[in-house]
This record gives sequence, structure tokens and C-alpha cells, in this order.
Amino acid sequence: MLDAIIQGLLLGGYYAMLAAGLSLLFGVAKFINLAHGDLAILGAYLVLFGVKVLGLSPWLSVLLSLPIMGILGWLLQKYLFTRTQAAGFLLPLLVTFGLGAVLQNGLYGVFGSDTRSLANYIGDLSWDSWQLTDQISVGKLPVITFACAILVLAGLQLMLSFTRLGRAIRATASDPEAAELNGINANAVHCSVSAIAVMVTGLAGAFLAMRAQITPYDGPVQLIFAFEAVVIGGIGSLWGTLIGGIVLGISQSLGATLISAQWFQLTGHLVFLAVLTARFYSAIAHQRGGWRMFLKQSYFSITGSLPSKVTKTKIKNG
Amino acid sequence: MKISSQVNTEGFSTEHWYQVGRPALMVGGLLFLVLATVPFWGSGLVVDKLTTLFVYILLAVMWNLLAGYAGLVSVGQQAFLGLGGYFALRLVDIGMSPYPAFIVGALICALVALVISVFALRLKEGEFAIAMWVTAEVIRILVMFDPIVQGETGTSLLAMNQYAPELRRNINFWFGLLVVAGMLGLVLWLVNSRIGAAAQAIRDDEEAAKSIGIRVMRVKQIIFVVAAFGCALAGSLWLASSVTFQPRTYFGVQWTVFMLFMVLVGGLKTFEGPILGAIVFFLLQEFFGDYGAWYLAGLGVTAILFALYAPNGIWGEWQNRKGVRFLPTGVTLTLKNKE
Amino acid sequence: MSAFMVDQLVAKHGLLMAVRGVSFSLEKGEILAIVGANGAGKTTLFRSLSGVHPVDSGRITLNGEDITAWPAHQRVRSGLAMVPEGRRLFVDMTVRENLQIAAEHGRSGDWVLDKVVAALPVLEPILNQVAGGLSGGQRQAVAIARALMCNPSVLLLDEVSLGLSPIAVEGLYQSLEQLKKSKVTSMIIVEQDLKRAIQFSDHLLCLLEGRVALSGCSHELTHKAITQAYFGLEAEETENA
Repeated sequence: MLDAIIQGLLLGGYYAMLAAGLSLLFGVAKFINLAHGDLAILGAYLVLFGVKVLGLSPWLSVLLSLPIMGILGWLLQKYLFTRTQAAGFLLPLLVTFGLGAVLQNGLYGVFGSDTRSLANYIGDLSWDSWQLTDQISVGKLPVITFACAILVLAGLQLMLSFTRLGRAIRATASDPEAAELNGINANAVHCSVSAIAVMVTGLAGAFLAMRAQITPYDGPVQLIFAFEAVVIGGIGSLWGTLIGGIVLGISQSLGATLISAQWFQLTGHLVFLAVLTARFYSAIAHQRGGWRMFLKQSYFSITGSLPSKVTKTKIKNG
Repeated sequence: MKISSQVNTEGFSTEHWYQVGRPALMVGGLLFLVLATVPFWGSGLVVDKLTTLFVYILLAVMWNLLAGYAGLVSVGQQAFLGLGGYFALRLVDIGMSPYPAFIVGALICALVALVISVFALRLKEGEFAIAMWVTAEVIRILVMFDPIVQGETGTSLLAMNQYAPELRRNINFWFGLLVVAGMLGLVLWLVNSRIGAAAQAIRDDEEAAKSIGIRVMRVKQIIFVVAAFGCALAGSLWLASSVTFQPRTYFGVQWTVFMLFMVLVGGLKTFEGPILGAIVFFLLQEFFGDYGAWYLAGLGVTAILFALYAPNGIWGEWQNRKGVRFLPTGVTLTLKNKE
Repeated sequence: MSAFMVDQLVAKHGLLMAVRGVSFSLEKGEILAIVGANGAGKTTLFRSLSGVHPVDSGRITLNGEDITAWPAHQRVRSGLAMVPEGRRLFVDMTVRENLQIAAEHGRSGDWVLDKVVAALPVLEPILNQVAGGLSGGQRQAVAIARALMCNPSVLLLDEVSLGLSPIAVEGLYQSLEQLKKSKVTSMIIVEQDLKRAIQFSDHLLCLLEGRVALSGCSHELTHKAITQAYFGLEAEETENA
């Protein structure tokens, strides 16, 4: 059990890295990128391409993939996401979901359906581990992933707190119009945020490919994990995302160990749904003066009535 | 609410949607009658293909009802499609005959949707979208625990073998036709009812809708449950014609990709658009379906282009350009000539 | 060449024509007060001038450059800053950070942190506080300081005294008076307090339903004429003014 918790904790680091981009983009540009998971998988395939086709070393390939992902993020924001944001919440959801379908099937078209992994290219690292006690050992790769996640999150946090760009990002996140009125180019800030988010997401994808087998259609599951980590940890805080990732990782790991392997995803989903529900009802309870008051008032007691038919007016000039 | 009917309508002539849309409704009825005779003169292939088209139309219309009329973008409607199939399997397993099982299964599905709605509808926008997706995943995993589904392998609705292939094909077709006609009628009535008007008010401004006394939660719930019921029927129709049930296929997110494509291309927020979108999708599927992944990527690109450059879809753009409406909603006021 | 020129500006608010052909010009160091009833188009005019509201037609010129099509941030960098209605501070950030942002992204010039703090001494003790927790007067001071940090040649001030105590308003106007004396920065203010608007400005412009109902030198206009233009009463007597 302790072993499961430790494995889950380390897995949580990966989830935090995966979710950081989603959280950042949601926090600043206020939209949920439904193609987020597919971008992670794209990053992984980019690294695989570098290793397999160009013959680069895996770490060099990861390093080279980052600027490419960054540019992609910038371009996506500039030419796709910006156009959708002016028109309400519907369009960004539809467009990013469509983008996900394009990425999945595009990757499938280029790379085929074979599952792939970087595990074969990183040598001993993929199975080496440190023995902590007789029963517990931790894999080197999960530890490195976790450490990397902490570094990335800390880096992002420092950037947000102490740099010119970081201040501009926070200002834009809190009030884009006021940011413009202080000389900040809000569109450019959104593009930068998207570039950073996609870059970090690609990095997370590369770590996923080292740890596991991937296929072009793995993106949606990664999106769900990322979103679960963000929601569990509380939207808008990077360290919250880390906690969310860890909670998700530990619940999945415990579910798989204590019940059965099939419960790995299910436990994570259930914890997510539970947190979502609890968060909502505690907000309601708070509004209505605490839990007791809330329980007394039946949910069906909300009163009101429907309006009469809406009329559509068409006026012809006589 | 009686006040509105006492509004002075002098100087205006009013026409209700069913008056303006009478020719279109009559064409629709005629089409229904003609389609009903297809099994008598059409080839088996045609009957099969049309049954598939019915599934697409159902899905597109249901998704538009949710997203277009109520502003609820769900990425998890495959949950109900899969559940529709699954409940039918289960009901047949305990001895019900297939076609009643399809209907009863869809009704149970509507009940499940009612339960899900209590929590899901509390969420907003993107959160709702993804929470529905997670819900679909949870349901898929739970369904896969059921021994009769046999995990990833899936199973078949062997009871369908009691009908001869010819007969089965024709019954499926008529079943599909009835379901589509029924659901189209239901949706048309719904969007023209107070509920439809209220849903559109909520979609456009939830706070304002609340302030004029609309019971936001109840309206969303009705729409959500009807959409789930329709998707479940689509699932059982799919099961009836394909006989096999694999959880990964039935609960696959590709269904939502298809729904999104059909609705965006045909015309979000219009009644006819999704039907047109389903026909377009069906034709594309026929001609380009063999290209596999690249074809699907193309669908995604097309959906994005429509979302960006023609958000009203083919039907909506055409309507705007011509100023014609075959099946308008609500009441049309026309200023009388002042002489 | 005028420091700031607006020519036949038209801006819509939804379907409503909120600003219908407003023209005026402003010399360096001059102060223009804009008055008008609620809904006369003052705020839409200001938002169009600063670039956060689209202009339908007309021309805006800043120091000889046509800025009509420029985005807001570019206008700020060329020397047009606004203190928006409702202050719009970055509430999660400290006062220092709020000012730093303006310094980093606005135009560079004489107004640096030390000078701004010296001009608005109320800022000194609150520099490291989070902006969200400040009082109304403090917030308004931060908003003005933030705009000054952009080193504007033209400063737009929308309802600076709204919601403030009389003492806070007095303090703010004393600081603005200092700025006025330096004769470097042109200012356009929207002010509900007619008396103060007349006192503080060189020119006055009264908007009525999106149009200029009256304009002239502040000390030459009678209170009565302004009131009549304000409410859209018959203008016979205003001509005498």
C-alpha cells in the first residue's frame, strides 16, 4: 500500500506537468483547450521522430522539440484560438475539439497505428530503480519525471512572480482590457502563454512516451487526466495543480492495487466527480447559510415559471 | 403569463410557426410516407444505408438540441448511445423481445440521464463538456465489468437471429423511420414550446433568463433528458442493424466528433441544419470513408473551417442570404399595409 | 498642431449610436472637461479614444499621428493614457506591481516610481499592499499613478471622484492641480460635479445624446447655459452666453 502511494505520488508529478499548460491557458485566456491531450501526444511523436528518423539522442530530441512546440502554440493562439474567443464559449470548445480530431487522425495518418515508446532509446533508465526498503523500490524514470515536474512548475511560478512577462501575464489574466490600457499587448501575451503551455505539454508528452506505449489516439485520455488534476487541485493555481495531480495519481494507483487493474482509471474519475460535486454543493450550502439549511431546502423547491413563447418579429414595410 | 396574449396586435398580422411552416410540414409528411414504402421497392443495400442515415440524423438533431438550443456542449453523448445499446442487451438477456427492449432501454437511459443531470447541469461550459466525457468513460468502464459484455471483446445481440435477415433489415428500417419521425416531431414541438423559448433564453443569457422567472435547472433538465433519450434510441438502432456490441466503439468519443461535424456543417441553432449535416456526413462517409484517418482529419478541418468562417452552417448561411424560413419557430409578426 | 484632435467621431454601442460625430482639439497642457447626463455617451467616447471600443467613423490624431485604427496598447505607448471608470486595478497584485507594469509597458519619460510617489504621497505606505484590499480613495490614487507611470502626453480621467468621500476627492484634485500647473500633460476629464469641472478645466464640452450640445471656454460659460445644454432644453439663452 505504501508502495502504491509512492508510485501514485510520482505519477502525480507527471500529471501536474501535463496539467500545467491546461491550467495556464485556462487561467489567462479563459478557455479550455480540448486538444490539450493531443498536443501532448504530438510532442511525444515529435521526439520519437527525432530519435527514430533523424537518429538524435532522446534528450537532444526532447530539447529540440520544445521550441517547435512553442512556435506551434504561438501560431495556434494567433491564428485559431484568438479568432474563436470573441464569440463566446461555444466556439472555442467546438474548434479545439475539432483540432483534437485533426491531430489524432493526422498523427495516425503519418505514423500509423503501431504503439510506440521511447523506452527502448533511453537505455537502463526505463527499468532502473532505487531500492528504498526491502519491499519498496522507486523507478529512476518516475523520480526524474517528478523532479522535472517540480522544476517546471517552480520555473513557471518564478517567471510569473518576478519577470516582466510574468507580470504582464498576471495582469492580462485578471483584466485584459485594463492590461491594454497600460500598454500591454494582450494578444501577444495570450500567444506567449499559449507557446509556454504547449511547450510544457509537449515535454509532458515526451515523458509519457518514455514511461509507456503511446498511440495517436491517446490524447483524449491525457486531456481527461490533465483536466481532473486541474479541477481536483483548484483552477488557477500551479501548486494546486501539483496537489491535484498527486491526488489523482495516488487514487489511481490505490484503485489499481487495492481493487483491480481496471479500477486504475475509474478511481481517478470517481475522485474527480466527487470533488466537482462537493465543490459545487459546498458553494450552494455556503450561499444558503451552511449545510443544515441546505439540507432542509429540497432541490425541487426552486420556484418560478416559464415565459410565454418568444416571438420572432419580421417587419415588412407596407 | 396571460398578459402576452393580450398584447395589442392591431397593425400586425400574426402567423404561428405551424402556419408558416405548413408546406414544409406537408413535404415532411409526404417524405415519411414515401420512405415507408422503400423496403417494398428498394434494394436491401438502400434500406441498410438509409437506416444508417437515420442514426446520423438522430444523433445530429439531439446534439443540436443540446448545444444549439440550450448551449450545453457535451463531449459525452456517447454515454447514452452506448447505454442504449447496453440496456437493450440486458433486457433481451432477461427475456424481453428486441424491439420493445430498445424502447424500454432508451427510457431507462432517460432515467439515468435525469440522475446525471442533477450534478452535471450545475457545471458551466467547458467543465460541463469534460465532466460529461468523464461520465461517459465511467459508464463505459462500469459496463465493461458486466460479464455478458465480456470486457473489451464485446458481445452480440443473438436474439436478432430469430428474424430472417430480409425481415430484420426491413423492421430495422421501419423502426428507425418511426423513431426519427417521432423524435423530429418531439424536437420541433419542444423548440416551439415554452421550454424551447426558455432554453434559448438561457443559452443567450442565463442570468437574464433567471431574472424573468425561468426555471433554468428544470428547462435544462428536460432538454438534457430528451437528448439522452434520442441518443439512446440511436444506440439501439445501431445495435439492431449491426448486431454486435463492443464497448470501445459504442462509447467512443468519435461519435461526438461526428455529431459536432454534422451540426456545424449543417447549421447550429436551426431545426433543418442538422438533418442536412447528417446527409452531408452520410455522403462523405460513403465516398471517402475508406480513406480512414485522413478522412477523419479532413472532417475535423472542415468542422473548424465552418466554425470560424460560417458558424451558421450551410443551412443557416443559406437562410440568412435568402431570408427564407421553411420551419420558423415562434410567431411571425407581419406589419399590415397602412393605407 | 494640436496635441490631440478628434474629428467627427462616431461610435456605436450595440445598435445604439452612442457617439454621433464629436469633434474637438486640445493643445499641450490644456484641460478639457466633458460633462453630460448619464447615457450621453461620455464613457463610450472615452473608451473609443483610448482604443478599447471600436470606432465606426471619424479620426483621432495624437501629436500629428493618426491613431484611429491603433490598438489600445499602442496608443498608450505613444502617450495616451486613461484612468478608466471603476479604476480597473489588477486586484491580485501589489500596488508596486501595478505601477511597475505601467512603467514596463507604457511610454518612458520623467514619471518614474519615486516621482509619482512624491506627487501622490498617499501611495507611500501602501506600495507593498495588494491592490484588492485598498479603500476607494487609495485605489483611485493608484489608478492615477498607474496612468502617470505611462508618461502620457494626453491623460483621460473618467469619473475620478465617483464613489469617493469629499476629503478623498479634495486630495485627488489637489494632486491633479499640481499636474495641471506643470503644463506638460493635456488632460480630458469626465466629471459629474459641474462646479469642479468648470473650476478645473480650460475648456468645457457638454454632450447630449452623443452630440456636442455646447462647448467653449470654461470660465466664459454660465452655469445656466451648461445646465440647459445638459438637459437638452431650448438653447436660445445659451447663444447669449
